[in-house]
Amino acid sequence: MRKIIAILFVLPFFGVAQNNSGGIHGDFDLSLQTYNEDESIGALAADEVMLNNAYLNLLYTKGKFTVGVRYESYLNALKDFDPRYNGNGIPYRFAQYNNDGLEITAGSFYEQFGSGLILRSYEEKKLGIDNAMDGIRLRYSPISGVYLKTFIGRERKFFEYSNGIVRGADGEININDILKLTTKTKALLGGSVVSRFQNATNPNFNIPENVSAFAGRMNIVSGGLNWYSEYAYKINDPIGSLIENNYASGNAITSNLTYSQKGIGVSLEVHRVDNMVFRADRDAVGKDLLLNYIPAISKQHTYTLVSLYPYATQPNGEAGFQIDLFYKLGKGNSIGGKYGTKIDVNFSRINSLNGGPSYLNDNISHQPMLISMKGEELYYQDFNIEITRKINRKVKIAAVLAKQSYNKDVVQQQTGYGIIESDIAVLDLTYKIKKGHSIRVELQKLKTEQDDGDWSMGLTEYTISPHWFFTIQDMYNWGNQNIDKQLHYINLTAGFIKGGNRFEIGYGKKREGIFCVGGVCKTVPSSNGLTLNISSSF
Amino acid sequence: MRKQILTFLVVLLATAFSFSQNPRKLPNIEVKTLQGDAFNISELNNDGSPIVISFWATWCKPCKKELNNISEVYEDWQEETGVKLVAISTDDTRSMSKVAPYINSSDWEYEIYLDPNADLKRAMGVSTIPHTFLLNGKKEIVWHHRGYVEGDEEELYNKIVELAK
Repeated sequence: MRKIIAILFVLPFFGVAQNNSGGIHGDFDLSLQTYNEDESIGALAADEVMLNNAYLNLLYTKGKFTVGVRYESYLNALKDFDPRYNGNGIPYRFAQYNNDGLEITAGSFYEQFGSGLILRSYEEKKLGIDNAMDGIRLRYSPISGVYLKTFIGRERKFFEYSNGIVRGADGEININDILKLTTKTKALLGGSVVSRFQNATNPNFNIPENVSAFAGRMNIVSGGLNWYSEYAYKINDPIGSLIENNYASGNAITSNLTYSQKGIGVSLEVHRVDNMVFRADRDAVGKDLLLNYIPAISKQHTYTLVSLYPYATQPNGEAGFQIDLFYKLGKGNSIGGKYGTKIDVNFSRINSLNGGPSYLNDNISHQPMLISMKGEELYYQDFNIEITRKINRKVKIAAVLAKQSYNKDVVQQQTGYGIIESDIAVLDLTYKIKKGHSIRVELQKLKTEQDDGDWSMGLTEYTISPHWFFTIQDMYNWGNQNIDKQLHYINLTAGFIKGGNRFEIGYGKKREGIFCVGGVCKTVPSSNGLTLNISSSF
Repeated sequence: MRKQILTFLVVLLATAFSFSQNPRKLPNIEVKTLQGDAFNISELNNDGSPIVISFWATWCKPCKKELNNISEVYEDWQEETGVKLVAISTDDTRSMSKVAPYINSSDWEYEIYLDPNADLKRAMGVSTIPHTFLLNGKKEIVWHHRGYVEGDEEELYNKIVELAK
């Protein structure tokens, strides 16, 4: 069977090899790491001495025809990845053809409906997330302003696929295009449905074999104003045997309103989520086989200590809001300076639903209040200001001040930690030494009475454009109440970039912690060793 | 099984090399405008002048540094070479709504598109951002560079000037 598939994918390459007008492109990534034992930080040695993650993506395109494959290799997977990524294989391969506006995909594909409340199949390699679908997808635009999508498939789980079969359809209309309106105000409407079929064999309960979720959305744009809202509903989807009220239905609403003009931008966002874990297998746990994506309604920070306590969405139930203000102080006056000064302010707050979500409750008819903030359990709060300013042709400066409250018990599903209150400050200085040579220094400090106490971090980076970079950084947990844990985590990194190739070598200690991208997080074990990364894009 | 996979890859690679002389064009992929409209990236146009495509995100420091630094000299670049910069935001649903307020407040004059589920990113073999591509007047990709450190824009500028000659 596999042989047949392989031949089918290779055939077109030969078929067109004569007329020489297609092209092959892709990317490659190899990560190697050694693991030394280090009792002080709790790092364990690896039996294999060295671990490996690698992949190669190849895409061949000719006109309206595209085929692609990804070879993945985990021998064995790096310690911060799920060990179920094991061995070698081609888990991703597809063929796609576009015929008069009808796009046909057979094989693996990634898809998102609306904002992802009921469907987002995507990859985030650094987190080890890849929930590609394997099946058939069609996309069609019969007339300008009407967009239709439909698919059927199984969802990827490491080197296997889900038991459940997933079907979905999505439609979007652009009112202005259809009615040929030329008004300044534009409106888009969309709707989607995703349904999963899975055999139910529970002898005691009549568990639904077909579970559907529905979503509707609208987007109105007028001048600098943009308003997007989406509502989703999931019919009951009990996991395994019945516990508590887990045959409750689920729903989610998200809405954001932004306004911007030259020099200023404002963004307001709210969301409310109740029992919206939706998977391609009702018995799956953790991050396995998730079908939907509800991002964290908080800012994604980049500096290390500001993201030491990162929030992750609680899809079982939460309500939150976020406000952003982006402002540029004008050039050439005493406050804005010669080049202007950028100020970004962000506030976010997320708390529990009133009385808990519909799902985790003994009361069958429990319906949490629509909006309730006062007296609810705080999950996360973050108030932060970031200022960026170019002082002169040689010096740039950036500073961040943040105040965060992080409910460790809820976010990390632990007990006894409570809410970690922290104050964080960051200073980032860039100095251009001479043509092509610059040095950048980061100083960071996090102050908290709880958890591991105070942290400091220093980083120095020397870069030679366009090829070289060298970095040394130290994270120091000087405020830990346990003197034995007042440790330094020193890392050295050097890299070389040329065109599409990138080489990086590093040595040092990594702290145990949470690593997040887009509000989805994974726990990373502490480690001590040498890392090598080679990647190429072509 | 192993052997088959290996044979398969060897064939693919061999084919890849036989094609390596072909000019690389933009893929036939749809992205979104800030107004929510669909736009096929292969329809990008700059009337025969060079185009720079830069992949970035609102949460990516070096990306913003690159686009801010170019923003200061962008008018001069345009006057001298007719170049157009197209910034592709890879922000997903979490931060996508902040793209417009961010770029407007930053005074960027670039053409902006959204790629929230990484369709274009994947099609162009972009694994890390920033990743900057330079297209000649025939919309063929003639140069690309990954990452950004202070001063990298000078190399890009030199390449644009070579094309504009």
